[in-house]
Amino acid sequence: MAASTRAGARRPAGIVPTGVLVLGAVYTLFPVSWVVVAATKSKAELFSTPTFAPGTGLLSNLADLFAYRDGVFWLWLLNTALYAGGGAVLATVVATVSGYALATYAFPGRGLIFNLLVGGILVPPVVLAIPQYLLFSEAGLAGTYWSVLLPQVLSPYSVYLARIYARAAVPASLLEAGRLDGAGEWRLFHRVALPMLTPAMVTIFLFQFVAIWNNFLLPFIMLGDDHRFPLTVGLYTLLAAGANQPSLYNLIITGTLLSLVPLVALFLTMQRHWRADLSGGAVKS
Amino acid sequence: MRVYRLATAAILVATLCAACSGGSGEPSATAGGGAASGGPVKLTYWTWVPNMDKIVSVWNQAHPDIQVTVSKQAGGDDAAAKFLTAARAGNPPDLVQAEYQMLPSFVAADAVADIKAETAQAKGEFGEGVWGLVTLGTDAVYAVPQDSGPMMLYYRRDLFDKYGIEVPKTWDEYAEAARVVRGKDPKVFLGTFSSKDPGWFAGLSQQAGAQWWSIDGDAWKVAVDDEPTRKVASYWGGLVKEGVIDDMPYFTPEWNKALNDGRLLTWPSAVWGPGVLSSNAPKGKGKWAVAPLPQWNAGENHSGFWGGSSTAVAAKSPSRAAAATFATWLNTDPQALGLLIEEGAVYPASAKGAALMTEAPGYFSNQPDFWKQAAAIGATARGFTFGPDVNVTYNAYRDAFDKAVAARSDFTAAVRTMQDTTVTDMRKTGFTLAQ
Repeated sequence: MAASTRAGARRPAGIVPTGVLVLGAVYTLFPVSWVVVAATKSKAELFSTPTFAPGTGLLSNLADLFAYRDGVFWLWLLNTALYAGGGAVLATVVATVSGYALATYAFPGRGLIFNLLVGGILVPPVVLAIPQYLLFSEAGLAGTYWSVLLPQVLSPYSVYLARIYARAAVPASLLEAGRLDGAGEWRLFHRVALPMLTPAMVTIFLFQFVAIWNNFLLPFIMLGDDHRFPLTVGLYTLLAAGANQPSLYNLIITGTLLSLVPLVALFLTMQRHWRADLSGGAVKS
Repeated sequence: MRVYRLATAAILVATLCAACSGGSGEPSATAGGGAASGGPVKLTYWTWVPNMDKIVSVWNQAHPDIQVTVSKQAGGDDAAAKFLTAARAGNPPDLVQAEYQMLPSFVAADAVADIKAETAQAKGEFGEGVWGLVTLGTDAVYAVPQDSGPMMLYYRRDLFDKYGIEVPKTWDEYAEAARVVRGKDPKVFLGTFSSKDPGWFAGLSQQAGAQWWSIDGDAWKVAVDDEPTRKVASYWGGLVKEGVIDDMPYFTPEWNKALNDGRLLTWPSAVWGPGVLSSNAPKGKGKWAVAPLPQWNAGENHSGFWGGSSTAVAAKSPSRAAAATFATWLNTDPQALGLLIEEGAVYPASAKGAALMTEAPGYFSNQPDFWKQAAAIGATARGFTFGPDVNVTYNAYRDAFDKAVAARSDFTAAVRTMQDTTVTDMRKTGFTLAQ
């Protein structure tokens, strides 16, 4: 009800922000629409028909992609799902626990730890890839699944986000009341705080999932065995096929399109969660 | 993709330098594979040749005691950087595909082994020129040659007829033909100068007789701006400035489109051209033909190399002898060569392998003697020794020629920039340079 009255009273000035958003949407969706159209083109059509004229080769592209090296595409997709899913879940757990601790407990060195984390946000992960590779090599872990999973488990930005959100959404008085009622710290976190932190967790999960899904340099350096490659690195081997081999553009474009599908699906399902809980959190204080 | 590539290369190279000063020298005990006592020797092999796993499975069946696992990698400069990083970190694959121009940087980093003893009988299978690319003019042998890329001129036979042009025998005739084409149809170019493909430019310089690097005792001599190279640069610079040659880079979507639309009539390329043309310009099937590269002086007969690679054994590999045996089999055994041609679309470097190429590629079905021509041209190709920092030289090529093309300025100045950048980098890295 409240929503409908607000919508009815929309001022004409709302046109400007809407226009800007529409422009932004066009700007970001334009390349995606190219991928969609280009994936339908056969080899012969790709570079000869007008850019946005749909082609006739989608099915044969799909068949070629799935047949390529006995369906290695599916393996790459599974790997990516493992890296992104596993990495995002672990990162969310780590970030939520540490963010909650940083927000609710006063302990010596809290400021220092937090400042170090904020500093960590400023270091682009790309810069860390090679040092991480050398470290993992020392530990004998380079080339394993862990070498791609572990570096993504701690995300300073996610911890920062969790801490900010926990401070705003979990009132100290509520925890105090729980303590008076005799709840232990674990129970407080688990039963009282966690439900309030869900929107932050969804956000962190999505952020990390997308970041790992798109990550290129870390797996590119870490992994030698192409059966452990994620999609980004796998598709890249089709593109950079060597100077004397043609790039397999059709397969790359079709593969790119398919690799978008899980991301879009994830956003569409998680988004609902996200909105409901954000408004739920807003009522609290 | 290009941004990715440049960024990766830059980062890898930068950290490599850091790693070599600070890294620990001890070889890691966990280095890949490992020859455990008892069971078969296990080898890992990084390559980007298509279907290499099928070729290797033939070997694995026949050699239960030496089992090779293929890991298909992305090709090109990134592959070299990745291998160098892995070698530094102590866990390289046992075998690696090494492009000829990258091999010296592997040698300089002590990343590949000298396999002279293991490849003694392989030497006779290869021509002098190709063998020189894996010995670097020294007594050692750092790899077994796999494929080579002698250069030739691809041209649209149908459109040559349409515009009434003869196949150019000299570069002067090529320039004249370029003017004629422009006069007849302002939408069409005879060819294009690519500022993104240093390997192509290196091949053309080799044809002209350039010697960019040479080893003099224990010192390097660098002559990227030698007289033949300057001649090549000023020739193309003149054509670009005159506007009779296009300046779009190869292997780009716009280049593909121009090929498909019949707006580019020639491509001075290498023997592996049919694969690229059939994939990027499927509309031109049956319309192209090959001829020797135009010559600098009438009556001469020279060509250069663009591309080509070898199989090297990592210095840290615990099973060097087994790896060298496999590399020799892969590149000299008739059965392996047949598979390389059929499954891997490779133009073998070995003389025996080249002789196996008989049926013209489908794209060139109109030219049944394609491979005979290719072999004749291949015999005239001359290469040069590559230096230990080719990636720096090649990046300098891209930067300097990008600018020179955009500004229509002097191409010989760009060559000088390449020379200066190369020399500066080699000094900084600690190589001894001869004056």
